[in-house]
Amino acid sequence: MSLVTMTIAAEERGAVPAERAASRKWARLARPVLGLVLPVMLAVAWEFVVRMGWASGRLAPPPSVIFQEFVDLARSGDLQRNTLVTLGRVAAGFGCGVAVATIVGAAAGYSPLIRRLLDPSLQALRAIPSIAWVPLFVLWLGIFEASKITLIAVGVFFPVYLGVMGAIQSVDRKLVEVGRAFRLSDVQMVRRILLPAVLPAYVIALRSGLGLGWMFVAAAELLGASEGLGYLLLDGQELGKPAEIVAAIVAFAVVGKATDWLIALAAAPFLRWEDVVRQE
Amino acid sequence: MLVLDRVSKTYPNGVHALGGVSVEVDLGEIVAVIGGSGCGKSTLLRAVSGLDPASEGTVLLDGERITAPHEKIGIIFQEPRLLPWLKVAGNVGFGLGDRPRQERAVRVATALERVGLADKATMWPRELSGGQAQRVAIARALVPRPQLLLLDEPFSALDAFTRTDLQDHLLNLWADAKPTLILVTHDVDEAIVLADRVMVMCPRPGRIFDAIAVDLPRPRDRQSAAFDFVKRRVLAALDRSLSRAVQPADGEGKASAGAALWW
Repeated sequence: MSLVTMTIAAEERGAVPAERAASRKWARLARPVLGLVLPVMLAVAWEFVVRMGWASGRLAPPPSVIFQEFVDLARSGDLQRNTLVTLGRVAAGFGCGVAVATIVGAAAGYSPLIRRLLDPSLQALRAIPSIAWVPLFVLWLGIFEASKITLIAVGVFFPVYLGVMGAIQSVDRKLVEVGRAFRLSDVQMVRRILLPAVLPAYVIALRSGLGLGWMFVAAAELLGASEGLGYLLLDGQELGKPAEIVAAIVAFAVVGKATDWLIALAAAPFLRWEDVVRQE
Repeated sequence: MLVLDRVSKTYPNGVHALGGVSVEVDLGEIVAVIGGSGCGKSTLLRAVSGLDPASEGTVLLDGERITAPHEKIGIIFQEPRLLPWLKVAGNVGFGLGDRPRQERAVRVATALERVGLADKATMWPRELSGGQAQRVAIARALVPRPQLLLLDEPFSALDAFTRTDLQDHLLNLWADAKPTLILVTHDVDEAIVLADRVMVMCPRPGRIFDAIAVDLPRPRDRQSAAFDFVKRRVLAALDRSLSRAVQPADGEGKASAGAALWW
């Protein structure tokens, strides 16, 4: 049995036919492209419809107009400034939310006492739609940055808290026992067993937390801001400029995806052992 | 030398798993512990390892009382329990965290060579077959050069061919440094192939029912008449240990050992 698998493995590693490797490379490149087919087709179709005069495109601007709006916003520096402001808010809210959620989640995952003490209250708070906090935060913290960042932090907190707590609770006890058998100290146990075991779930929790962070920054900015991508949305609505709204939406999407990708990229070297599973 | 003196274990839920086991095991001896399920053989092994210390009685290794995992003791579990985020070499060197990098590399390489997996050093545990993974686990346990190696049904999850292959392999590795081996198993053949002494345990509470010396030269031929003779003795002892545990009302306490093992 082991002999057989060993020879097969050796063959696969030794000499992959060049042809197969090439086709695999194409497949890898083609896969993301496949996802672009639908949006690109729709965009081209809409452009075509508006160009042919079949629709005015006043409320739903065609891609060329949106692109032009993008260029104009970038030229005036509005795009960069507002993106940076929004990014700053997300970063601050995400940072605070993650820090608190990691500590509280780790404590609740590790100690049943703390979990019984804190978890019911936190679960109750989680049931409140986060936007409902806005009036209270505004009363407490004013209408400027503090209330926005707090709202984002609250949004980020819950998925990260749940993720960390669940990850720590579900660490394989058998692996912890291996650590005990090798007489690891508490610190070593955390560093050599718990952290690596928790990391995959933690990265997923961070990414879903970040997603919520972007959701709440848009909400916070829509509810009152003088700058930021959310402000562009509001501005576009009040001045009747749909292209500006769509441009802001696209900017949200691009920056949101980029930050998500950054987390995934930063975590990738530590999660390479997981890739093997996915390939299988 | 390993000395167990009236080792008992009562779990917090009141289950009396082990009722006073006293045994002496010489350095370099291979002892197999066999018995039906629930007879406390794993509990005994865990008490000796220090992972789950005895509630009464003492475990002494060279006069030192064992109440927690000890550097002289290595453990191999039923599952390989490799750390999935470490490559094979990292897993084998796991117990050498405090040694200089150079020494660690040499000892890991030697151990992998010894278990025949030198070419798998940079692979992830996921990429190994069950037998290969268990060999890595054996290497990991042997690398710190334990004086006492405990094995808890180490081959029971493997197919028959891989199992006999690894049994022979284990004997070769044992011959390198001749540590004391305590092997918990439910496989009578495995016990006789490997052990100098087969201890048969009986349940409720777990205790040693009989100990049978295996005076056969190694390597042992599983087909020989002498082997078969010892096997009959072990099976008979097993049978008696189980029928004694079964309530007399049963009437027919003479079930075959093979079937009885599943009770």
